[in-house]
Amino acid sequence: MQKSVGPPKRDEAYNFAYLDEQTKRMVRRALLKAVAVPGYQVPFGSREMPLARGWGTGGIQVTASVIGPDDTLKVIDQGADDTTNAVSIRRFFARVAGVATTEATGEASIIQTRHRIPEAPLRAGQILVYQVPQPEPLRKLEPKEAETRKMHAWGDYGLMHVRLYEDIARFGRVATTYSYPVLVNGRYVMSPSPIPKFDNPKLGMCAALQLFGAGREKRIYAIPPWTEVKSLDFDDHPFEVQTWDEPCALCGAADSYLDEVITDDKGSRMFVCSDSHYCEERRAAGHVGRLLGSETGQKLTGGAKE
Amino acid sequence: MSAPLDSAAKVATGADGDAPLLTATGVTRFYGERIGCEDVSFDLWPGEVLGIVGESGSGKSTLLRCLAGLDRPTSGRIGFRDGSRVTPDIFALDEQRRRALMRTAWGIVHQNPRDGLRMGVSAGGNIGERLIDRGDRHYGNIRVAAVDWLQRVEIDPARIDDRPTQFSGGMQQRLQIARVLVSEPKLVYMDEPTGGLDVSVQARLLDLLRALVRDLGLAAIIVTHDLAVARLLTDRLMVMRRGRVVEEGLTDQVLDDPQHPYTQLLTASVLAA
Ligand SMILES: Nc1ncnc2c1ncn2[C@@H]1O[C@H](COP(=O)(O)OP(=O)(O)O)[C@@H](O)[C@H]1O
Ligand SMILES: [Mg+2]
Ligand SMILES: [Zn+2]
Repeated sequence: MQKSVGPPKRDEAYNFAYLDEQTKRMVRRALLKAVAVPGYQVPFGSREMPLARGWGTGGIQVTASVIGPDDTLKVIDQGADDTTNAVSIRRFFARVAGVATTEATGEASIIQTRHRIPEAPLRAGQILVYQVPQPEPLRKLEPKEAETRKMHAWGDYGLMHVRLYEDIARFGRVATTYSYPVLVNGRYVMSPSPIPKFDNPKLGMCAALQLFGAGREKRIYAIPPWTEVKSLDFDDHPFEVQTWDEPCALCGAADSYLDEVITDDKGSRMFVCSDSHYCEERRAAGHVGRLLGSETGQKLTGGAKE
Repeated sequence: MSAPLDSAAKVATGADGDAPLLTATGVTRFYGERIGCEDVSFDLWPGEVLGIVGESGSGKSTLLRCLAGLDRPTSGRIGFRDGSRVTPDIFALDEQRRRALMRTAWGIVHQNPRDGLRMGVSAGGNIGERLIDRGDRHYGNIRVAAVDWLQRVEIDPARIDDRPTQFSGGMQQRLQIARVLVSEPKLVYMDEPTGGLDVSVQARLLDLLRALVRDLGLAAIIVTHDLAVARLLTDRLMVMRRGRVVEEGLTDQVLDDPQHPYTQLLTASVLAA
Protein backbone atom coordinates (compact mmCIF):
# COMPACT_ATOMS: atom_id res chain seq x y z
CA MET A 1 0.00 0.00 0.00
CA GLN A 2 1.34 3.38 -0.93
CA LYS A 3 1.67 5.56 2.17
CA SER A 4 2.56 8.95 0.79
CA VAL A 5 1.97 10.56 -2.56
CA GLY A 6 4.10 13.48 -3.65
CA PRO A 7 2.47 16.65 -4.93
CA PRO A 8 0.38 15.89 -8.04
CA LYS A 9 -0.30 18.48 -10.71
CA ARG A 10 -3.01 20.91 -9.71
CA ASP A 11 -6.12 21.19 -11.93
CA GLU A 12 -5.85 24.79 -13.16
CA ALA A 13 -9.55 24.91 -14.02
CA TYR A 14 -10.26 25.64 -10.37
CA ASN A 15 -9.03 28.32 -8.03
CA PHE A 16 -6.40 26.99 -5.63
CA ALA A 17 -8.20 24.66 -3.13
CA TYR A 18 -11.47 25.18 -5.03
CA LEU A 19 -12.89 28.12 -3.00
CA ASP A 20 -12.43 31.65 -4.32
CA GLU A 21 -10.05 33.89 -2.41
CA GLN A 22 -12.79 36.05 -0.94
CA THR A 23 -14.60 33.05 0.52
CA LYS A 24 -11.37 31.72 1.98
CA ARG A 25 -10.68 35.09 3.60
CA MET A 26 -14.18 35.06 5.09
CA VAL A 27 -13.65 31.56 6.50
CA ARG A 28 -10.21 32.55 7.84
CA ARG A 29 -11.70 35.54 9.63
CA ALA A 30 -14.19 33.20 11.30
CA LEU A 31 -11.31 30.85 12.16
CA LEU A 32 -9.28 33.64 13.76
CA LYS A 33 -12.24 34.59 15.88
CA ALA A 34 -12.79 30.94 16.81
CA VAL A 35 -9.16 30.57 17.88
CA ALA A 36 -9.37 33.78 19.90
CA VAL A 37 -12.45 32.54 21.78
CA PRO A 38 -11.84 28.81 22.31
CA GLY A 39 -14.98 26.67 22.11
CA TYR A 40 -17.21 29.52 20.92
CA GLN A 41 -19.28 28.78 17.81
CA VAL A 42 -18.63 31.43 15.16
CA PRO A 43 -21.26 31.74 12.40
CA PHE A 44 -19.89 31.79 8.86
CA GLY A 45 -21.32 31.98 5.36
CA SER A 46 -21.06 28.32 4.46
CA ARG A 47 -20.72 27.70 0.69
CA GLU A 48 -22.00 24.97 -1.56
CA MET A 49 -19.31 22.39 -2.16
CA PRO A 50 -19.06 19.79 -4.92
CA LEU A 51 -19.88 17.10 -2.36
CA ALA A 52 -23.21 16.25 -0.78
CA ARG A 53 -23.85 17.74 2.63
CA GLY A 54 -23.18 15.23 5.33
CA TRP A 55 -19.92 14.47 3.52
CA GLY A 56 -18.10 16.98 5.62
CA THR A 57 -18.56 20.19 3.66
CA GLY A 58 -17.83 22.22 6.82
CA GLY A 59 -14.52 20.45 7.35
CA ILE A 60 -13.67 20.74 3.66
CA GLN A 61 -14.22 24.51 3.65
CA VAL A 62 -11.98 24.85 6.70
CA THR A 63 -9.29 22.71 5.10
CA ALA A 64 -9.59 24.64 1.83
CA SER A 65 -9.08 27.90 3.71
CA VAL A 66 -5.98 26.90 5.64
CA ILE A 67 -4.20 24.63 3.14
CA GLY A 68 -1.16 25.83 1.15
CA PRO A 69 0.82 24.24 -1.71
CA ASP A 70 3.47 22.91 0.69
CA ASP A 71 1.03 21.13 2.97
CA THR A 72 0.68 17.38 3.24
CA LEU A 73 -2.86 16.20 3.79
CA LYS A 74 -4.21 13.14 5.56
CA VAL A 75 -7.93 12.35 5.59
CA ILE A 76 -9.53 9.83 7.93
CA ASP A 77 -13.06 8.60 8.35
CA GLN A 78 -13.81 6.64 11.53
CA GLY A 79 -10.05 6.26 11.89
CA ALA A 80 -9.50 4.73 8.44
CA ASP A 81 -7.75 6.33 5.46
CA ASP A 82 -9.32 4.07 2.87
CA THR A 83 -13.09 4.61 3.16
CA THR A 84 -14.96 6.13 0.23
CA ASN A 85 -15.42 9.40 2.07
CA ALA A 86 -11.76 9.73 3.04
CA VAL A 87 -10.49 8.74 -0.38
CA SER A 88 -12.74 11.16 -2.25
CA ILE A 89 -11.83 14.12 -0.03
CA ARG A 90 -8.12 13.30 -0.37
CA ARG A 91 -8.45 13.06 -4.16
CA PHE A 92 -10.41 16.29 -4.22
CA PHE A 93 -7.61 18.26 -2.57
CA ALA A 94 -4.88 16.51 -4.55
CA ARG A 95 -6.67 17.73 -7.67
CA VAL A 96 -7.76 21.26 -6.72
CA ALA A 97 -4.76 22.17 -4.52
CA GLY A 98 -2.08 19.90 -5.97
CA VAL A 99 -0.94 18.99 -2.47
CA ALA A 100 0.88 15.88 -1.34
CA THR A 101 -1.23 13.37 0.57
CA THR A 102 -0.29 10.75 3.11
CA GLU A 103 -1.71 8.12 5.41
CA ALA A 104 1.07 8.66 7.95
CA THR A 105 -0.16 10.76 10.87
CA GLY A 106 3.32 12.03 11.64
CA GLU A 107 3.96 13.21 8.06
CA ALA A 108 0.73 15.17 7.66
CA SER A 109 0.60 18.91 8.28
CA ILE A 110 -3.20 18.93 7.99
CA ILE A 111 -5.43 16.03 9.01
CA GLN A 112 -9.10 16.20 8.17
CA THR A 113 -11.15 13.80 10.26
CA ARG A 114 -14.58 12.43 10.76
CA HIS A 115 -15.33 10.72 14.10
CA ARG A 116 -11.79 10.05 15.40
CA ILE A 117 -8.60 11.62 16.71
CA PRO A 118 -5.48 9.72 15.62
CA GLU A 119 -3.89 7.55 18.31
CA ALA A 120 -0.38 8.88 17.74
CA PRO A 121 0.12 12.15 19.66
CA LEU A 122 -0.09 15.19 17.41
CA ARG A 123 2.72 17.70 17.30
CA ALA A 124 3.03 21.46 17.19
CA GLY A 125 2.42 22.85 13.72
CA GLN A 126 -0.16 20.23 12.77
CA ILE A 127 -3.80 21.15 12.20
CA LEU A 128 -6.63 18.73 12.90
CA VAL A 129 -9.81 19.64 11.01
CA TYR A 130 -13.04 18.04 12.23
CA GLN A 131 -16.16 17.50 10.15
CA VAL A 132 -19.09 18.41 12.41
CA PRO A 133 -22.72 17.43 11.75
CA GLN A 134 -24.24 19.16 14.82
CA PRO A 135 -22.16 21.86 16.51
CA GLU A 136 -24.62 22.74 19.28
CA PRO A 137 -24.06 20.61 22.41
CA LEU A 138 -27.24 21.96 24.02
CA ARG A 139 -29.54 21.28 21.07
CA LYS A 140 -30.99 18.04 22.41
CA LEU A 141 -31.94 19.78 25.65
CA GLU A 142 -33.03 23.12 24.23
CA PRO A 143 -34.35 23.24 20.67
CA LYS A 144 -34.55 27.05 20.48
CA GLU A 145 -31.48 28.75 19.02
CA ALA A 146 -32.20 32.04 20.86
CA GLU A 147 -32.18 30.16 24.18
CA THR A 148 -28.99 28.17 23.57
CA ARG A 149 -27.26 31.39 22.55
CA LYS A 150 -28.20 32.94 25.90
CA MET A 151 -27.09 29.83 27.77
CA HIS A 152 -23.67 30.08 26.13
CA ALA A 153 -23.44 33.83 26.67
CA TRP A 154 -24.16 33.45 30.37
CA GLY A 155 -22.34 30.19 30.95
CA ASP A 156 -25.72 28.83 32.00
CA TYR A 157 -24.88 25.16 31.65
CA GLY A 158 -26.75 23.56 34.56
CA LEU A 159 -28.97 21.70 32.12
CA MET A 160 -25.99 19.70 30.82
CA HIS A 161 -25.41 18.29 34.28
CA VAL A 162 -29.13 17.57 34.65
CA ARG A 163 -28.74 15.37 31.58
CA LEU A 164 -25.75 13.59 33.15
CA TYR A 165 -27.74 13.23 36.39
CA GLU A 166 -30.59 11.59 34.47
CA ASP A 167 -28.18 9.13 32.84
CA ILE A 168 -26.63 8.10 36.15
CA ALA A 169 -30.06 7.80 37.81
CA ARG A 170 -31.32 5.57 35.00
CA PHE A 171 -28.27 3.54 33.97
CA GLY A 172 -25.94 3.88 36.95
CA ARG A 173 -23.45 5.74 34.75
CA VAL A 174 -23.30 8.36 32.02
CA ALA A 175 -24.55 6.52 28.95
CA THR A 176 -23.28 9.05 26.41
CA THR A 177 -20.39 7.49 24.46
CA TYR A 178 -20.12 9.81 21.43
CA SER A 179 -20.20 13.62 21.19
CA TYR A 180 -19.52 13.69 24.92
CA PRO A 181 -19.70 17.38 25.91
CA VAL A 182 -16.62 19.23 27.09
CA LEU A 183 -15.89 22.55 28.78
CA VAL A 184 -13.22 24.44 26.82
CA ASN A 185 -10.82 26.78 28.59
CA GLY A 186 -13.17 26.89 31.61
CA ARG A 187 -15.73 28.86 29.61
CA TYR A 188 -17.67 27.36 26.70
CA VAL A 189 -19.38 23.99 26.60
CA MET A 190 -18.57 22.44 23.23
CA SER A 191 -19.48 19.37 21.23
CA PRO A 192 -16.32 17.52 20.21
CA SER A 193 -18.21 16.22 17.13
CA PRO A 194 -19.15 12.52 17.13
CA ILE A 195 -15.77 11.22 18.26
CA PRO A 196 -15.94 8.41 20.84
CA LYS A 197 -15.47 9.72 24.37
CA PHE A 198 -12.30 7.60 24.31
CA ASP A 199 -10.77 10.46 22.31
CA ASN A 200 -11.90 13.24 24.66
CA PRO A 201 -8.71 13.27 26.75
CA LYS A 202 -6.72 13.96 23.56
CA LEU A 203 -8.64 17.23 23.00
CA GLY A 204 -7.03 18.97 25.94
CA MET A 205 -3.42 20.24 26.12
CA CYS A 206 -2.94 19.13 22.54
CA ALA A 207 0.11 20.48 20.70
CA ALA A 208 -1.81 20.77 17.43
CA LEU A 209 -4.42 23.34 16.44
CA GLN A 210 -7.94 21.85 16.30
CA LEU A 211 -10.52 23.39 13.98
CA PHE A 212 -14.17 22.35 13.72
CA GLY A 213 -16.38 23.04 10.70
CA ALA A 214 -20.14 22.47 10.49
CA GLY A 215 -21.33 23.11 6.93
CA ARG A 216 -25.07 22.63 7.24
CA GLU A 217 -25.25 24.55 10.54
CA LYS A 218 -22.80 27.20 9.28
CA ARG A 219 -20.62 27.22 12.39
CA ILE A 220 -16.88 27.15 12.99
CA TYR A 221 -15.16 26.64 16.33
CA ALA A 222 -11.67 25.88 17.55
CA ILE A 223 -9.39 24.62 20.29
CA PRO A 224 -6.01 26.39 20.13
CA PRO A 225 -2.89 24.39 21.09
CA TRP A 226 -2.35 23.77 24.80
CA THR A 227 -5.91 24.61 25.83
CA GLU A 228 -7.59 23.03 28.83
CA VAL A 229 -10.53 20.83 27.82
CA LYS A 230 -12.60 19.10 30.48
CA SER A 231 -15.22 16.41 29.91
CA LEU A 232 -18.27 17.21 32.03
CA ASP A 233 -18.84 14.93 35.01
CA PHE A 234 -19.76 14.71 38.68
CA ASP A 235 -17.16 14.63 41.46
CA ASP A 236 -18.32 11.18 42.54
CA HIS A 237 -18.88 9.93 38.96
CA PRO A 238 -15.70 11.08 37.23
CA PHE A 239 -15.42 10.97 33.44
CA GLU A 240 -14.19 7.62 32.17
CA VAL A 241 -13.25 6.35 28.72
CA GLN A 242 -14.23 3.05 27.14
CA THR A 243 -12.00 0.05 27.84
CA TRP A 244 -11.76 -3.37 26.22
CA ASP A 245 -11.12 -6.77 27.76
CA GLU A 246 -8.64 -7.70 25.04
CA PRO A 247 -5.99 -5.87 23.01
CA CYS A 248 -6.08 -5.35 19.22
CA ALA A 249 -6.16 -8.77 17.56
CA LEU A 250 -3.75 -7.62 14.84
CA CYS A 251 -1.15 -5.43 16.54
CA GLY A 252 -1.70 -6.19 20.23
CA ALA A 253 -2.21 -2.53 21.13
CA ALA A 254 -3.91 -2.15 24.52
CA ASP A 255 -4.06 1.65 24.38
CA SER A 256 -6.08 2.28 21.23
CA TYR A 257 -9.77 2.56 20.34
CA LEU A 258 -10.98 -0.80 19.05
CA ASP A 259 -13.68 -1.62 16.51
CA GLU A 260 -15.54 -4.87 16.69
CA VAL A 261 -15.25 -6.84 13.47
CA ILE A 262 -17.39 -9.87 12.61
CA THR A 263 -15.07 -12.36 10.95
CA ASP A 264 -17.38 -15.10 9.69
CA ASP A 265 -21.03 -15.95 9.32
CA LYS A 266 -20.92 -17.97 12.55
CA GLY A 267 -20.69 -14.70 14.45
CA SER A 268 -17.02 -14.97 15.39
CA ARG A 269 -15.59 -11.57 16.10
CA MET A 270 -12.41 -9.78 16.91
CA PHE A 271 -11.38 -6.35 18.06
CA VAL A 272 -8.99 -4.30 15.96
CA CYS A 273 -7.65 -0.74 16.04
CA SER A 274 -10.02 1.79 14.51
CA ASP A 275 -6.96 3.91 13.60
CA SER A 276 -5.77 1.83 10.64
CA HIS A 277 -2.50 3.70 10.22
CA TYR A 278 -1.60 3.31 13.89
CA CYS A 279 -2.24 -0.43 13.63
CA GLU A 280 -0.15 -0.79 10.49
CA GLU A 281 2.74 1.13 11.99
CA ARG A 282 2.74 -1.06 15.06
CA ARG A 283 2.70 -4.22 12.95
CA ALA A 284 5.54 -2.85 10.84
CA ALA A 285 7.46 -2.30 14.05
CA GLY A 286 7.03 -5.96 14.91
CA HIS A 287 4.06 -5.93 17.28
CA VAL A 288 1.94 -9.01 16.86
CA GLY A 289 -1.68 -9.51 17.89
CA ARG A 290 -3.46 -12.76 18.63
CA LEU A 291 -4.86 -13.22 15.11
CA LEU A 292 -2.24 -11.49 12.95
CA GLY A 293 -0.88 -14.64 11.34
CA SER A 294 -4.25 -16.37 11.10
CA GLU A 295 -6.44 -16.65 8.05
CA THR A 296 -8.92 -14.03 9.32
CA GLY A 297 -6.10 -11.71 10.22
CA GLN A 298 -4.64 -12.01 6.72
CA LYS A 299 -7.99 -11.21 5.18
CA LEU A 300 -8.15 -8.01 7.23
CA THR A 301 -4.62 -6.85 6.62
CA GLY A 302 -4.85 -7.51 2.91
CA GLY A 303 -2.59 -10.52 2.81
CA ALA A 304 0.53 -11.52 4.64
CA LYS A 305 2.89 -8.62 5.01
CA GLU A 306 6.62 -8.75 5.11
CA MET B 1 -18.90 42.48 46.59
CA SER B 2 -20.30 45.91 47.31
CA ALA B 3 -23.11 46.94 45.05
CA PRO B 4 -23.41 50.72 45.02
CA LEU B 5 -25.93 51.78 47.60
CA ASP B 6 -28.65 53.88 46.09
CA SER B 7 -29.28 56.68 48.55
CA ALA B 8 -32.94 56.72 47.61
CA ALA B 9 -33.34 53.02 48.28
CA LYS B 10 -34.80 52.15 51.62
CA VAL B 11 -32.79 48.97 51.85
CA ALA B 12 -29.82 49.22 54.13
CA THR B 13 -27.08 46.91 55.32
CA GLY B 14 -27.48 45.26 58.66
CA ALA B 15 -28.05 41.96 60.34
CA ASP B 16 -30.92 39.84 59.06
CA GLY B 17 -34.10 41.18 60.55
CA ASP B 18 -32.87 44.76 60.92
CA ALA B 19 -33.88 45.74 57.43
CA PRO B 20 -36.42 44.74 54.83
CA LEU B 21 -35.63 41.86 52.52
CA LEU B 22 -37.58 43.38 49.66
CA THR B 23 -38.49 46.99 48.99
CA ALA B 24 -40.96 47.89 46.27
CA THR B 25 -41.09 51.57 45.34
CA GLY B 26 -43.77 52.88 42.99
CA VAL B 27 -43.93 49.65 40.98
CA THR B 28 -46.02 50.27 37.87
CA ARG B 29 -46.58 48.15 34.81
CA PHE B 30 -48.66 49.03 31.78
CA TYR B 31 -49.75 46.77 28.96
CA GLY B 32 -49.90 49.39 26.25
CA GLU B 33 -52.61 51.73 27.44
CA ARG B 34 -53.98 49.27 29.96
CA ILE B 35 -52.85 49.34 33.58
CA GLY B 36 -51.48 46.09 34.96
CA CYS B 37 -50.49 47.48 38.34
CA GLU B 38 -49.78 51.03 39.43
CA ASP B 39 -47.65 52.77 42.06
CA VAL B 40 -47.26 49.86 44.46
CA SER B 41 -44.86 50.44 47.34
CA PHE B 42 -44.19 48.24 50.36
CA ASP B 43 -41.47 46.57 52.42
CA LEU B 44 -41.25 42.87 53.07
CA TRP B 45 -39.32 41.76 56.14
CA PRO B 46 -37.35 38.56 56.57
CA GLY B 47 -39.65 35.70 57.56
CA GLU B 48 -42.78 37.65 56.76
CA VAL B 49 -45.64 36.17 54.73
CA LEU B 50 -47.52 38.72 52.66
CA GLY B 51 -50.77 37.98 50.88
CA ILE B 52 -52.01 39.83 47.82
CA VAL B 53 -55.77 39.54 47.33
CA GLY B 54 -58.25 41.12 44.98
CA GLU B 55 -60.72 40.09 42.32
CA SER B 56 -59.66 38.66 39.01
CA GLY B 57 -57.93 41.25 36.82
CA SER B 58 -56.94 43.49 39.76
CA GLY B 59 -53.23 43.20 38.94
CA LYS B 60 -52.03 40.59 41.41
CA SER B 61 -50.13 38.42 38.93
CA THR B 62 -48.71 41.44 37.12
CA LEU B 63 -47.28 42.76 40.38
CA LEU B 64 -45.92 39.36 41.39
CA ARG B 65 -44.17 38.87 38.05
CA CYS B 66 -42.46 42.24 38.44
CA LEU B 67 -41.40 41.53 42.02
CA ALA B 68 -40.03 38.12 41.05
CA GLY B 69 -37.91 39.61 38.26
CA LEU B 70 -39.88 37.94 35.47
CA ASP B 71 -41.30 41.11 33.91
CA ARG B 72 -39.72 44.56 33.89
CA PRO B 73 -41.94 47.25 35.43
CA THR B 74 -42.73 50.31 33.31
CA SER B 75 -41.51 52.39 36.22
CA GLY B 76 -40.60 51.96 39.85
CA ARG B 77 -37.89 50.01 41.66
CA ILE B 78 -37.56 46.64 43.34
CA GLY B 79 -34.75 46.43 45.87
CA PHE B 80 -33.51 43.19 47.38
CA ARG B 81 -31.20 42.52 50.30
CA ASP B 82 -29.34 39.24 50.69
CA GLY B 83 -27.55 39.49 54.03
CA SER B 84 -25.26 42.47 53.68
CA ARG B 85 -25.44 42.35 49.90
CA VAL B 86 -27.82 45.01 48.72
CA THR B 87 -29.32 45.33 45.27
CA PRO B 88 -31.10 48.70 45.08
CA ASP B 89 -32.98 47.71 41.92
CA ILE B 90 -33.01 44.19 40.53
CA PHE B 91 -33.89 45.55 37.08
CA ALA B 92 -30.79 47.72 37.06
CA LEU B 93 -28.76 44.49 37.00
CA ASP B 94 -27.90 42.93 33.67
CA GLU B 95 -30.03 39.92 32.77
CA GLN B 96 -27.33 37.41 33.67
CA ARG B 97 -26.90 38.71 37.23
CA ARG B 98 -30.63 39.03 37.70
CA ARG B 99 -31.09 35.41 36.61
CA ALA B 100 -28.40 34.31 39.03
CA LEU B 101 -30.19 36.15 41.84
CA MET B 102 -33.53 34.63 40.81
CA ARG B 103 -32.00 31.19 41.04
CA THR B 104 -30.37 31.56 44.42
CA ALA B 105 -32.10 34.26 46.46
CA TRP B 106 -35.73 33.50 45.73
CA GLY B 107 -37.98 30.95 44.12
CA ILE B 108 -41.24 31.02 42.22
CA VAL B 109 -44.07 28.53 42.61
CA HIS B 110 -46.26 28.82 39.53
CA GLN B 111 -49.98 28.14 39.54
CA ASN B 112 -49.51 25.63 36.76
CA PRO B 113 -46.81 23.10 37.73
CA ARG B 114 -45.93 22.75 34.04
CA ASP B 115 -44.56 26.29 34.13
CA GLY B 116 -42.25 25.46 37.01
CA LEU B 117 -41.18 21.89 36.27
CA ARG B 118 -39.28 20.16 33.49
CA MET B 119 -41.81 17.56 32.45
CA GLY B 120 -39.23 15.47 30.57
CA VAL B 121 -36.87 15.22 33.54
CA SER B 122 -37.30 12.89 36.53
CA ALA B 123 -38.51 14.16 39.93
CA GLY B 124 -34.97 13.83 41.28
CA GLY B 125 -33.56 15.73 38.30
CA ASN B 126 -36.11 18.49 38.78
CA ILE B 127 -35.05 18.96 42.38
CA GLY B 128 -31.39 18.47 41.52
CA GLU B 129 -31.32 21.16 38.86
CA ARG B 130 -31.54 23.95 41.42
CA LEU B 131 -28.57 22.49 43.30
CA ILE B 132 -26.61 22.03 40.08
CA ASP B 133 -27.35 25.66 39.17
CA ARG B 134 -25.90 26.59 42.53
CA GLY B 135 -22.70 24.75 41.63
CA ASP B 136 -23.22 21.35 43.31
CA ARG B 137 -21.31 18.68 41.38
CA HIS B 138 -21.67 15.68 43.67
CA TYR B 139 -24.26 13.22 42.39
CA GLY B 140 -24.60 11.41 45.73
CA ASN B 141 -25.26 14.60 47.67
CA ILE B 142 -27.80 15.78 45.11
CA ARG B 143 -29.53 12.41 45.36
CA VAL B 144 -29.68 12.60 49.17
CA ALA B 145 -31.11 16.12 49.04
CA ALA B 146 -33.71 15.04 46.48
CA VAL B 147 -34.84 12.11 48.65
CA ASP B 148 -35.01 14.37 51.68
CA TRP B 149 -37.12 16.94 49.87
CA LEU B 150 -39.46 14.39 48.35
CA GLN B 151 -40.15 13.20 51.89
CA ARG B 152 -40.65 16.72 53.17
CA VAL B 153 -43.30 17.38 50.54
CA GLU B 154 -44.85 13.98 51.23
CA ILE B 155 -43.93 12.24 47.97
CA ASP B 156 -42.77 8.62 48.24
CA PRO B 157 -38.99 8.72 47.65
CA ALA B 158 -39.40 5.56 45.58
CA ARG B 159 -40.86 7.86 42.91
CA ILE B 160 -37.56 9.77 42.59
CA ASP B 161 -36.84 8.50 39.06
CA ASP B 162 -40.39 8.96 37.77
CA ARG B 163 -41.26 11.90 35.58
CA PRO B 164 -43.76 14.54 36.71
CA THR B 165 -46.07 13.41 33.89
CA GLN B 166 -46.70 10.29 35.97
CA PHE B 167 -47.75 12.39 38.98
CA SER B 168 -51.17 13.72 40.01
CA GLY B 169 -51.78 17.48 39.98
CA GLY B 170 -51.28 17.75 43.74
CA MET B 171 -48.03 15.78 43.58
CA GLN B 172 -46.76 17.93 40.73
CA GLN B 173 -47.43 21.02 42.80
CA ARG B 174 -45.62 19.53 45.80
CA LEU B 175 -42.70 18.57 43.56
CA GLN B 176 -42.55 22.13 42.29
CA ILE B 177 -42.39 23.36 45.88
CA ALA B 178 -39.57 20.91 46.67
CA ARG B 179 -37.66 22.11 43.59
CA VAL B 180 -37.97 25.70 44.75
CA LEU B 181 -37.15 25.14 48.41
CA VAL B 182 -34.21 22.74 48.03
CA SER B 183 -31.80 25.59 47.30
CA GLU B 184 -32.84 27.35 50.52
CA PRO B 185 -34.12 30.64 49.13
CA LYS B 186 -34.83 33.55 51.45
CA LEU B 187 -38.08 34.37 49.69
CA VAL B 188 -40.71 32.44 47.80
CA TYR B 189 -43.29 33.85 45.39
CA MET B 190 -46.48 31.88 44.86
CA ASP B 191 -49.23 32.69 42.40
CA GLU B 192 -52.45 30.88 43.34
CA PRO B 193 -50.49 27.85 44.55
CA THR B 194 -53.62 25.84 45.31
CA GLY B 195 -55.61 26.95 42.29
CA GLY B 196 -56.80 24.21 39.99
CA LEU B 197 -56.63 21.53 42.70
CA ASP B 198 -59.47 19.60 44.35
CA VAL B 199 -60.57 21.00 47.69
CA SER B 200 -59.19 18.08 49.73
CA VAL B 201 -55.87 18.24 47.86
CA GLN B 202 -55.80 22.00 48.45
CA ALA B 203 -56.21 21.56 52.20
CA ARG B 204 -53.30 19.13 52.38
CA LEU B 205 -51.10 21.42 50.32
CA LEU B 206 -51.98 24.40 52.50
CA ASP B 207 -51.05 22.51 55.67
CA LEU B 208 -47.78 21.54 54.07
CA LEU B 209 -47.01 25.08 52.90
CA ARG B 210 -47.81 26.51 56.29
CA ALA B 211 -45.52 24.06 58.05
CA LEU B 212 -42.68 24.60 55.58
CA VAL B 213 -42.85 28.38 55.68
CA ARG B 214 -42.89 28.31 59.47
CA ASP B 215 -40.12 25.72 59.87
CA LEU B 216 -37.80 27.35 57.37
CA GLY B 217 -38.47 30.92 58.50
CA LEU B 218 -39.15 31.80 54.87
CA ALA B 219 -40.46 35.08 53.64
CA ALA B 220 -43.23 34.61 51.10
CA ILE B 221 -45.52 36.60 48.88
CA ILE B 222 -48.66 34.69 48.05
CA VAL B 223 -51.14 35.80 45.45
CA THR B 224 -54.60 34.39 45.91
CA HIS B 225 -58.19 35.23 45.21
CA ASP B 226 -59.19 32.90 48.05
CA LEU B 227 -59.50 34.75 51.37
CA ALA B 228 -59.46 31.47 53.31
CA VAL B 229 -56.03 30.71 51.86
CA ALA B 230 -54.91 34.24 52.76
CA ARG B 231 -56.12 33.85 56.33
CA LEU B 232 -54.42 30.52 56.79
CA LEU B 233 -51.02 31.41 55.33
CA THR B 234 -50.33 35.12 55.59
CA ASP B 235 -49.30 37.61 58.28
CA ARG B 236 -50.08 40.71 56.30
CA LEU B 237 -52.43 41.46 53.45
CA MET B 238 -52.52 43.87 50.54
CA VAL B 239 -55.86 44.35 48.81
CA MET B 240 -55.67 45.29 45.15
CA ARG B 241 -58.24 46.84 42.90
CA ARG B 242 -57.75 48.01 39.32
CA GLY B 243 -54.01 47.73 39.67
CA ARG B 244 -53.72 49.74 42.88
CA VAL B 245 -53.38 48.78 46.53
CA VAL B 246 -56.51 50.04 48.27
CA GLU B 247 -55.87 48.65 51.74
CA GLU B 248 -53.13 46.89 53.64
CA GLY B 249 -52.55 45.68 57.15
CA LEU B 250 -52.32 42.64 59.37
CA THR B 251 -54.30 39.83 57.82
CA ASP B 252 -56.76 39.33 60.68
CA GLN B 253 -57.37 43.05 60.92
CA VAL B 254 -58.02 43.48 57.23
CA LEU B 255 -60.32 40.49 57.05
CA ASP B 256 -62.21 41.10 60.32
CA ASP B 257 -62.38 44.88 60.21
CA PRO B 258 -62.00 46.03 56.60
CA GLN B 259 -61.78 49.80 56.16
CA HIS B 260 -62.02 50.26 52.42
CA PRO B 261 -65.50 49.75 50.92
CA TYR B 262 -64.00 47.46 48.26
CA THR B 263 -62.44 45.23 50.94
CA GLN B 264 -65.76 45.20 52.76
CA LEU B 265 -67.41 43.91 49.63
CA LEU B 266 -64.65 41.34 49.15
CA THR B 267 -64.86 39.99 52.67
CA ALA B 268 -68.63 39.92 52.50
CA SER B 269 -68.14 37.69 49.46
CA VAL B 270 -70.32 40.00 47.47
CA LEU B 271 -67.71 40.18 44.74
CA ALA B 272 -67.01 37.08 42.79
CA ALA B 273 -63.29 36.78 43.37
N1 LIG C 1 -50.00 39.88 29.01
C1 LIG C 1 -50.94 40.81 29.14
N2 LIG C 1 -51.23 41.64 28.11
C2 LIG C 1 -52.19 42.59 28.21
N3 LIG C 1 -52.89 42.82 29.32
C3 LIG C 1 -52.65 42.04 30.40
C4 LIG C 1 -51.67 41.00 30.35
N4 LIG C 1 -51.64 40.39 31.56
C5 LIG C 1 -52.57 41.02 32.32
N5 LIG C 1 -53.17 42.01 31.63
C6 LIG C 1 -54.19 42.92 32.13
O1 LIG C 1 -53.69 43.54 33.31
C7 LIG C 1 -54.67 43.61 34.29
C8 LIG C 1 -54.22 42.85 35.52
O2 LIG C 1 -54.14 41.46 35.21
P1 LIG C 1 -53.52 40.38 36.19
O3 LIG C 1 -52.28 40.93 36.75
O4 LIG C 1 -53.45 39.09 35.47
O5 LIG C 1 -54.62 40.31 37.32
P2 LIG C 1 -54.94 39.19 38.41
O6 LIG C 1 -53.74 38.32 38.54
O7 LIG C 1 -55.24 39.95 39.63
O8 LIG C 1 -56.11 38.43 37.91
C9 LIG C 1 -55.94 43.05 33.67
O9 LIG C 1 -56.68 44.11 33.14
C10 LIG C 1 -55.42 42.17 32.57
O10 LIG C 1 -56.36 42.07 31.53
MG1 LIG D 1 -53.56 36.12 38.35
ZN1 LIG E 1 -4.06 -2.59 16.11
